[in-house]
Amino acid sequence: MSRPPKQVHLAAHFPGVNNTTVWSDPKAGSQIEFSSFAHLAGTAERAKFDFLFLAEGLRLREQNGRIYDLDVVGRPDTFTVLAALAAVTEHLGLAGTINSTFNEPYEVARQFASLDHLSGGRAAWNVVTSWDAFTGENFRRGGFLPQDQRYQRARAFLHATWQLFDSWRGDEIAADKESGLFLADPRAGTFQYRDAHFDIAGQFDVPRSPQGRPVIFQAGDSDEGREFAASAADAIFSRHGTLTAGQAFYADVKGRLGRHGRTPDQLLILPAATFVLADTDSDAAELAHQVRLQQVSGATAIAFLEQLWNRDLSGYDPDGPIPDVDPVAGEHTIARGRASVRMYRDPVATAREWRAKAEAENLSIRELIIAVTGRQSFIGSPASIAQEINELVQADAADGFILVPHITPGGLDDFADKVVPLLQERGVFRTEYEGSTLRDHLGLAPLTRAGLPRRAAS
Amino acid sequence: MASPPPLHLAVALDGAGWHPAAWREPRARPGELLSGRYWVDVISEAERGLLDFVTIEDGLSLQSARPGEPDLRRDQVRGRLDATLIAARVAPVTSAIGLVPTVIVTHTEPFHVSKAIASLDYASGGRAGVRVRVSAARHEAAHFGRRDFPALSLADRARSRAAGLVADLFDEAADYVEVVRRLWDSWQDDAEIRDVGTGRFVDVGRLHYIDFSGRWFSVKGPSITPRPPQGQPVVAALAHGSVASRLTARSADVGFVTPRDAQDVAGIVAEIRSEQRAAGRAGELVHIFGDLVVFLASDRVTAGRRKARLDALAGAAYVSDAAIFTGAAGELADLLLDWQQAGLTGFRLRPGAIPDDLEAITRLLVPELQHRGAFRRGYESPTLRGLLGLPRPASRYAVA
Ligand SMILES: Cc1cc2nc3c(=O)[nH]c(=O)nc-3n(C[C@H](O)[C@H](O)[C@H](O)COP(=O)(O)O)c2cc1C
Repeated sequence: MSRPPKQVHLAAHFPGVNNTTVWSDPKAGSQIEFSSFAHLAGTAERAKFDFLFLAEGLRLREQNGRIYDLDVVGRPDTFTVLAALAAVTEHLGLAGTINSTFNEPYEVARQFASLDHLSGGRAAWNVVTSWDAFTGENFRRGGFLPQDQRYQRARAFLHATWQLFDSWRGDEIAADKESGLFLADPRAGTFQYRDAHFDIAGQFDVPRSPQGRPVIFQAGDSDEGREFAASAADAIFSRHGTLTAGQAFYADVKGRLGRHGRTPDQLLILPAATFVLADTDSDAAELAHQVRLQQVSGATAIAFLEQLWNRDLSGYDPDGPIPDVDPVAGEHTIARGRASVRMYRDPVATAREWRAKAEAENLSIRELIIAVTGRQSFIGSPASIAQEINELVQADAADGFILVPHITPGGLDDFADKVVPLLQERGVFRTEYEGSTLRDHLGLAPLTRAGLPRRAAS
Repeated sequence: MASPPPLHLAVALDGAGWHPAAWREPRARPGELLSGRYWVDVISEAERGLLDFVTIEDGLSLQSARPGEPDLRRDQVRGRLDATLIAARVAPVTSAIGLVPTVIVTHTEPFHVSKAIASLDYASGGRAGVRVRVSAARHEAAHFGRRDFPALSLADRARSRAAGLVADLFDEAADYVEVVRRLWDSWQDDAEIRDVGTGRFVDVGRLHYIDFSGRWFSVKGPSITPRPPQGQPVVAALAHGSVASRLTARSADVGFVTPRDAQDVAGIVAEIRSEQRAAGRAGELVHIFGDLVVFLASDRVTAGRRKARLDALAGAAYVSDAAIFTGAAGELADLLLDWQQAGLTGFRLRPGAIPDDLEAITRLLVPELQHRGAFRRGYESPTLRGLLGLPRPASRYAVA
């Protein structure tokens, strides 16, 4: 007997501040007006998506000592936009990226608990771990955290907020007008958390929210990041969306769960995915190429090359050959405020591969960058894309995808109208929301009442 | 006689109202104070009354009747939501009223708060403000574990050690507001160019490091959020006492004061105006709003009865830092116009109980003031600055 097909999970990522987002297209709208966020959230909810996702970076990116001006720049405050979106949506989960270095547990806990109340149980927190002194220059403590302590702090931060979320059981507010009893337990919210990173105690002031705790996402990729996710997260936002890489990542992370007393259904793997949709596969392939040309201008190609080479290459011609000098080894200094530069773990080796590929295929710098970076995940007709997504999910390369449209804010409209119905026809995607909380949408069991943590502490 | 300048009216929202027994009123909704719907209903009512703005109280600890420490009471509203998020939740479903959440500056990051209020300004189409507050409470500091304050009894507050701490907290608040404001200006209005020809999305010459460096923090900038619709959202602060009033005079657009009578008004206003001149802001419009707790009805007897009932439920007569008005809407209108004559530009009314006193403001007091030609009959501006008569300033970094 074959098992019933897995259900696909889908989410909408608001287009980011990188070159995936095509701002030069006539259809491209505002990255900051609230109407853009409301539009994408409306599309996602109409398509019965699990949630909308916001990324965050707390310092404008720089390259060669200047603010980087080739990509979209400017983002809103995550909590504020999500709380406003709670007013214009009813079911959609609201996921925000908030880092554990330049925030404090008490404040973040009250913001997420407030968001969960105001949205009726739809809040999620993507815990990220930026630590760098560059970002720290915008905050009271500066760059106080050594890189090797960022996951220690993240873990401590998360455990501290869990204690805060769980400090109310949920039955303390009597609000009985007759008897005059408002708060049945005047010590509700009592907490104390001490370790190498935090020494906090007192009474938390936000009563238990509908989900108890926000859904926890994690988006790191290192061994430490994966271990953190396996111990503590409900979902991973990964960059491994192809069949082989996806299956390897999926098996690796789900394989870590047992050690933390958890089962595979307690952690969803949701890779980021871009897409180009057209009536036919060949139209889509042609369109995808046009989009890549929009995404990688000559200037952007040089900028990408500099990020790997870690040196100023502004004198090079993007339509000419790859530089024959090697990348500058050591600490990355050319591009700042960009998590992706740490992707290149061996820049010299990667540069050699790129040079070999360019020579073998006779590619210019721009052509090379188009070929080696950011090809769209799904390119095709609605039927092809629906099939590919379903196959990847059924093959355990993913539990679903966080879709990143390249046009703000309408880039998801066609997907919602044309691909989602095909997934619904296959019986692998919901046609109506069944529950009211984001945990419901993700198929995660409700949390047990506080005081009985569902998870063992790691 | 020349007609007086238009009066500005705000309400201060806190849970079920300012009276500790307000939640027990027949029409109170104490079980819904943590829901979005409650706040949408309440703020929509204020908007129906054409009020300039609402403030939303907040704190970084459970509410307490004892200043500076927990009280472990069971008979009053305890537990609340983050005020900025409440304002954001309400922004898309209101259209004209200003939204002014409270932010505690002592334990938060000016960078985060600047972009939060800028984003509220985007979500509301230019109706955001922020009311800044300091916290000297030891138990709130312990929630953050980063600073240690001495235990302060009320009697201590007069002593020099406490006075030094409080002065420091307000100086820090002034630095904080300076950073928040510089960050709002750190993107010029025309920074986003979307120049397809050169491939540049922004003109980096129109983005500015704020390079703030002070005693408590330094902040580099620019903000990650473009300049908000109002340019500078409205900054408000409580201004009772000379330390607090100096913050308003130096940094705020609106100060809330707590006079006891018209004569008191004149003295308070004179002090703030003089601080304002000392801060080099003589030419700027700084509003001074009188705070009043109101128990309001169509006639004095009904209002008095309700106040008495609430006091009986609470077991004590209500006391406040602000003057308490109990009576008819017409009498309150007299008082407001009288205090306006003495120098106030507006009022922030704290409804004793919600919804009764809020509705008495919007449905009795406002028509009374309109009748006397003292209050707007329709919203005259889509932005909060516009309602308050504040021009939209250019970025301080823009070169003319
Ligand atoms: C798909 C994906 C999305 C991410 N989004 C963000 C983000 O929005 N903001 C952020 O500060 N970091 C983001 N990160 C960075 C991670 O949180 C983390 O800091 C980074 O991957 C380095 O950690 P690692 O060494 O464990 O991979 C993202 C990472 C991945 C893989």
